[in-house]
Amino acid sequence: MRITQGCFSFLPDLTDAQITSQAQYCIEQGWALGIEYTDDPHPRNTYWEMWELPMFDLADAAGVVRELVACRQAHPEKYIRINAFDSTHGWETVRMSFIVNRPAREPELVLTRQEGPGRNQIYAMTVRPAS
Amino acid sequence: MNVQPKAVTGKERYKAGVMKYAQMGYWDADYEPKPTDILALFRITPQDGVDPIEAAAAVAGESSTATWTVVWTDRLTACDKYRAKAYRVDPVPNNPGQYFCYVAYDLDLFEEGSIANLTASIIGNVFSFKPLKAARLEDMHFPVAYVKTYKGPPTGIVVERERLDKFGRPLLGATTKPKLGLSGKNYGRVVYEALKGGLDFVKDDENINSQPFMHWRDRFLYVMEAVNRAQAVTGEVKGHYLNITAGTMEEMYRRAQFAKELGSCIVMIDLIIGYTAIQSISEWCRQNDMILHLHRAGHGTYTRQKNHGVSFRVIAKWMRMAGVDHIHAGTAVGKLEGDPMTVQGYYNICREMKNEVDLPRGIFFEQDWASLRRMMPVASGGIHAGQMHQLLDLFGDEVVLQFGGGTIGHPMGIQAGAQANRVALEAMVLARNEGRDIRNEGPEILRDAARWCQPLRAALDTWGDITFNYTSTDTSDFVPTPSVA
Repeated sequence: MRITQGCFSFLPDLTDAQITSQAQYCIEQGWALGIEYTDDPHPRNTYWEMWELPMFDLADAAGVVRELVACRQAHPEKYIRINAFDSTHGWETVRMSFIVNRPAREPELVLTRQEGPGRNQIYAMTVRPAS
Repeated sequence: MNVQPKAVTGKERYKAGVMKYAQMGYWDADYEPKPTDILALFRITPQDGVDPIEAAAAVAGESSTATWTVVWTDRLTACDKYRAKAYRVDPVPNNPGQYFCYVAYDLDLFEEGSIANLTASIIGNVFSFKPLKAARLEDMHFPVAYVKTYKGPPTGIVVERERLDKFGRPLLGATTKPKLGLSGKNYGRVVYEALKGGLDFVKDDENINSQPFMHWRDRFLYVMEAVNRAQAVTGEVKGHYLNITAGTMEEMYRRAQFAKELGSCIVMIDLIIGYTAIQSISEWCRQNDMILHLHRAGHGTYTRQKNHGVSFRVIAKWMRMAGVDHIHAGTAVGKLEGDPMTVQGYYNICREMKNEVDLPRGIFFEQDWASLRRMMPVASGGIHAGQMHQLLDLFGDEVVLQFGGGTIGHPMGIQAGAQANRVALEAMVLARNEGRDIRNEGPEILRDAARWCQPLRAALDTWGDITFNYTSTDTSDFVPTPSVA
């Protein structure tokens, strides 16, 4: 399956040139870019591992792509995403997030059900690694 | 209007009998509104022969302390303070016979944290007042001290996005169609297909409650099966606005509780349940980590005509204080009423931390929201993938775009319809961020994406040329009305 988190997952995987221009857009908005990776794409897995700290003082998107290349080399079979943080009052949150690396074979999310009271189903979702 | 009426003072003021409202002290051309005053702007159409200043004073009087005759019991109170003051009357540009009248109200006239109390004064009985042919509440300003008596949206845009783990693009939704008649099981099928195909949310329609063909519990159970399945096949958080509107608050709480037990992240109400019911459910949502979606059912009866009623920008302000997270605020390009700049004005009221005066967008007062959370505006009604560039250009990222017919009516099926919308959206966001001029290059960007996305091509072939290009009734008085198409 293709996990469709992030704001560009319905497009063909972005090239490094496309990633650079998205990163440059974020920098121009005044957002700080951070790289995160994980092998657990469960949508409630909020805290992916941070690849270094967010790049607060970066002016050129080329720096992000350099870090991304290094992260990809270290974790080629993991999900990697770029997050853009906005520290402006009233936002103070991620403003953009998109996936920039995926494992060659993505895991499955398995839905299990348990009978609850009435006709209620108690759902649980677990990640099954690609076999 | 040239002779400024003066308030009568001293003993003469309280002689029994009828006196003009302006003479009673409800007009004061020299009044400087205090920073703690609540301000209202009315558009009034006085009856023939009625002086606009006296009409403005009557509005101030009838929406605060006055009655039709002098009463001596005023003298038991600090009545000068409690009298609302009309302080400015301007002719409406290009509308002979209409006047903008500004009224200031002392903070002590209002109970804290109660939209019901506020509106009982401001729109209580002035709109039926005989000396006026028509009246419309155009805008209001609330001092920070008053805003702070409300908790505002229980979730707000920032927390909603963090919970959904969705950033950097508008959210996508659709309303299940047909509105009425589907069984719970069939209804859930539509929800599943749309969410799996790429939408973030599906929505109950305003009049789906608990009818003979589909009991509410059945709907909730099947919908949550659809939501959970869709989450598992996409790896994304998904939601469905479960409409908990019902005949009594007790029943609404029961439905809200069941939605929570089933794990829904969002519930929905209709505007017609009333301001107090909205504030009560908002409080429940705050206690139960629930996003609250408001469908503005019924608003067109009083917001649409420019000469009489309440502008939607005022309703939006009341709802941000009352505390809803989503509010339908117009599409500009779709099938329902809405001039683009006027609609942008509503969106700014929902989303900004402070509104500046912006007459072309219909905002007459600055408004500091005192960190009340941002509301997510919802664009819904007759929009389709072929308009994606216009929608993104008009409204930016902080909006839910709802394509009901544009998803479910897709020739290749509901999943394909949802996929077409999601691809169109992501392609347009990507292009905008790359610095492309989407307003002009939008159709080309969509065509390029349609080359590798067959569902998008089918959507453009089906609806690409559909526009709803009618003249709006509710437009700004300060700019020529632009047309969208």
